[in-house]
Amino acid sequence: MNWAVVQRILGLLLMMFSVTMLPPIAFSLYYNDHSWLPFVEGFGLTLAAGFLIWLPVHRSRKDLRLRDGFLVVAAFWTVLGTFGAAPLYFADGLSLSFTDAVFESMSGLTTTGATILTGLDELPFSILYYRQQLQWLGGMGIIVLAVAVLPMLGVGGMQLYRAETPGPVKDTKLTPRITETAKALWYVYAAFTVTCMVAYRLAGMGWFDALCHAFSTVAIGGFSTHDASIGHFDSGVIDVVAIVFMFIAGINFSLHFFAWRYVSIKHYAKDPEFRAYAFMLLTVAVIVVFTLYQFRGFSDPGQTLINGVFQAVSIATTTGFTTENFSLWPAALPVLLIFASFIGGCAGSTAGGIKVIRWLLIYKQGAREVARLVHPNAEIPVKLGATAIQPRVVDAVWGFFSVYVVAFSVMLLAMMATGLDQVTAFSAVAASLNNLGPGLGDVASGFMSLSDTAKWISVIGMLLGRLEIFTLLVLITPMFWRH
Amino acid sequence: MKILILGAGQVGSSAAYHLSREEANEVTVVDMRPDVLRELQDRLDIRTVVGHAAYPDVLERAGASDADIVVALTDADETNMVACQIAYTSFRTPTKIARIRSAEYMNANKLFTQDAIPIDVRISPEQLVCSHIEQLILYPGSSQVLDFADGRVRLVGAKADREGLLVGQRIATLKDHIPNTEGRIAAIYRGGKAMLPKGDTVIQEGDEVFFITDRKDIRVFLSEMRRLEDPVRRVVIAGGGNIGLRLALALEQTNQVKLIERDPVRARHISEQLNKAIVLVGDAADEELLLEENIDNVDVFCALTNSEESNILSSMLAKRLGAHKVMALINRASYVDLVEAGSIDIAISPQQITIGSLLAHVRRGDVVKVHSLRRGAAEAMEAIAHGDKDSSKVVGRQIADIELPKGTAIVAVVRGDKVIIAHHDTVIETDDHVILFMTDRRKIEHLESLFQVDVSFV
Repeated sequence: MNWAVVQRILGLLLMMFSVTMLPPIAFSLYYNDHSWLPFVEGFGLTLAAGFLIWLPVHRSRKDLRLRDGFLVVAAFWTVLGTFGAAPLYFADGLSLSFTDAVFESMSGLTTTGATILTGLDELPFSILYYRQQLQWLGGMGIIVLAVAVLPMLGVGGMQLYRAETPGPVKDTKLTPRITETAKALWYVYAAFTVTCMVAYRLAGMGWFDALCHAFSTVAIGGFSTHDASIGHFDSGVIDVVAIVFMFIAGINFSLHFFAWRYVSIKHYAKDPEFRAYAFMLLTVAVIVVFTLYQFRGFSDPGQTLINGVFQAVSIATTTGFTTENFSLWPAALPVLLIFASFIGGCAGSTAGGIKVIRWLLIYKQGAREVARLVHPNAEIPVKLGATAIQPRVVDAVWGFFSVYVVAFSVMLLAMMATGLDQVTAFSAVAASLNNLGPGLGDVASGFMSLSDTAKWISVIGMLLGRLEIFTLLVLITPMFWRH
Repeated sequence: MKILILGAGQVGSSAAYHLSREEANEVTVVDMRPDVLRELQDRLDIRTVVGHAAYPDVLERAGASDADIVVALTDADETNMVACQIAYTSFRTPTKIARIRSAEYMNANKLFTQDAIPIDVRISPEQLVCSHIEQLILYPGSSQVLDFADGRVRLVGAKADREGLLVGQRIATLKDHIPNTEGRIAAIYRGGKAMLPKGDTVIQEGDEVFFITDRKDIRVFLSEMRRLEDPVRRVVIAGGGNIGLRLALALEQTNQVKLIERDPVRARHISEQLNKAIVLVGDAADEELLLEENIDNVDVFCALTNSEESNILSSMLAKRLGAHKVMALINRASYVDLVEAGSIDIAISPQQITIGSLLAHVRRGDVVKVHSLRRGAAEAMEAIAHGDKDSSKVVGRQIADIELPKGTAIVAVVRGDKVIIAHHDTVIETDDHVILFMTDRRKIEHLESLFQVDVSFV
């Protein structure tokens, strides 16, 4: 283990992160909401901590090894979630406990969107903005941002990139240089954010709400500036804008990059993961809308259609915006939606969940077993589109899947051990691990009613989900620490 | 610069390593073996594409449409030629470099024109390595001999020993030692650290000294650094592969050459091609065989087989049995460090020899030649100065006034046919070939910018 390098990068990243506490101060002064002080304190604390971590080792110049990459990423998300909580903890108006502040900050950074706050509509603008900004930064991954702006990371950048980016196939780079790849991803991300903001504005939001919701939409986060989430605006047009951008943000960003680079959209239709993703969303939406019509009748067909599609896309992509309290919806719908969040978005997007491509590979493996029963002597490779998938990748998918299930079960038991009922515990773990946000039962509108222990379990779940389990898991193996 | 490297073999990987180390380059490597590429991508900041290097769609995927340079380094000459042809026809790639191994293609000169096979630069690592060894044999005592300006000027590296005439003295006294020669010491490596010499620097035993001089004066200069060795007479070459055979062919007229080859069929084949050299069938690490062939009287023993481990072992054995000087072909950089400290006199690294000819085409500014030294940490480079006093940062200026980056020195200037050894008051003229020595490769961008003509003045 290369402690000095890990420490140096950690310090640098922390100092960089402290800068993100400055925009809320500007918002605070602009809206005159008298809550700039916690941000100044948070900024000072984070900067000082980063500086103190960095100072003793600032001369160390070594390349990151593979193992250091895991450690940096895991440490950074943990440390950052904690320091990100500082302004929330310091804010007098909120009077949050340490647990609550960390929960809220981690939920933001991991783009989960579960909240322990109520009365959002009354909160100062600066704090509302800060929560949304956390989601936006977390969406693309702060490490990817760091790779883009810290070319001094050099070769080691790939280790960080691979430890953080979601999806089973991580070796494909968009451009030869890792720095350029990271930059390209951020350009696409930023372009979508701006487009989304303008679209929200045109659909009728104010500029502040448009910016804030654009942040949490493209990040597939789910934080809102209102208790009623997107439902607050009660506008079909805004719902449609949200649907479109959640859908886009759930697609693999390298597809967007190619669309931008070669000015073409043909490759979307050719991508097997995208097709499966679109098909999956469509199926869920049709079932939801159909069931709603069956139970509610056709009194307001247009609004029911939009609500159904909105909730299907929002939950299945793991965003977590709501227009209605879907946990009260009839029949199997609430559980269906929670299950859909296990699929999540595409690999290489900002969405959570297990990712469409993994399900697709698992499905293809199942299909292969069936085909083998019919043709015992056939040689049948697992293929995605025209390319055969390496057995190694398929193995990794199964490994991931089983670890996901184990992590889920353990956390579910732990949650229930804190005294929660099964529906609440199940959905709370799903909402955390899939980076979804809202759950069912007691956690339908927020996690404020949970005990501290349950909240910490949830925080761990969010981290595990964001880092796709293995990055964290590898740190607790003795093998990792052995020299 | 966007660079496409075809083939991730030894030369391809080391080219990718050297090129991707420079900030300004974006390197993509194409190969058919996914496992090799994965391993390469773990170490280097490059993009990799799996596929046949000469297929148009593979080249397209690898970004040939906006590549500045295609470097075809696959095992097969034919693949390399077709790949360059396709890069030229379908993608209009400006610079195409290809490895051509077989002498049959290499010698057919009219073949490589824009309307036949459009390859701008042909490199043959075997030939480069072979002529490198030839130079070392021609100038015994030198550890590196590098050509500039078509061989008119040579940069020579040598390890100073106790019997060198200049050792223990200040460099300024060089003029008194050898009054009628032109030359200067470019750099000194002492204990692995580079230093640019001044007049009062004292050369010590064990220093690795790089000096530049006209080719006729090399032997005189060498005698200043170390005991002058007798010209090489007897050479034993271990390994009759491409390099071994070429070297035997080049040396057999002037030297007594024995070549040891393991494979009887191959031995038969090379013996038919050689006229004077003796081909021995056997193992180069066989003590009996070496003794029988009077290894203790051999001036130079060259181990040039494909396996670097056996090269190391057989040359160590030869040294112990009494060969005066042993050289071994070693690819792995870590081995080079290991053995050069020990009993092997010179480690020959084909990668380092080859990479220079690639680097010359990647550099911005009009760079004719680049030699990579000390595992790529240092570089010697020949660049042409263009423009006039206003548009260029070097032309019309005295060397002392040029803002060279730290650790860099101008060592010589070639003007037309004349070789001028650089002094602080030498004035650079336009179209001069300027020869530089760089102890710190990281300053390369600064140096490149010096030799670029400022466009706003043209």
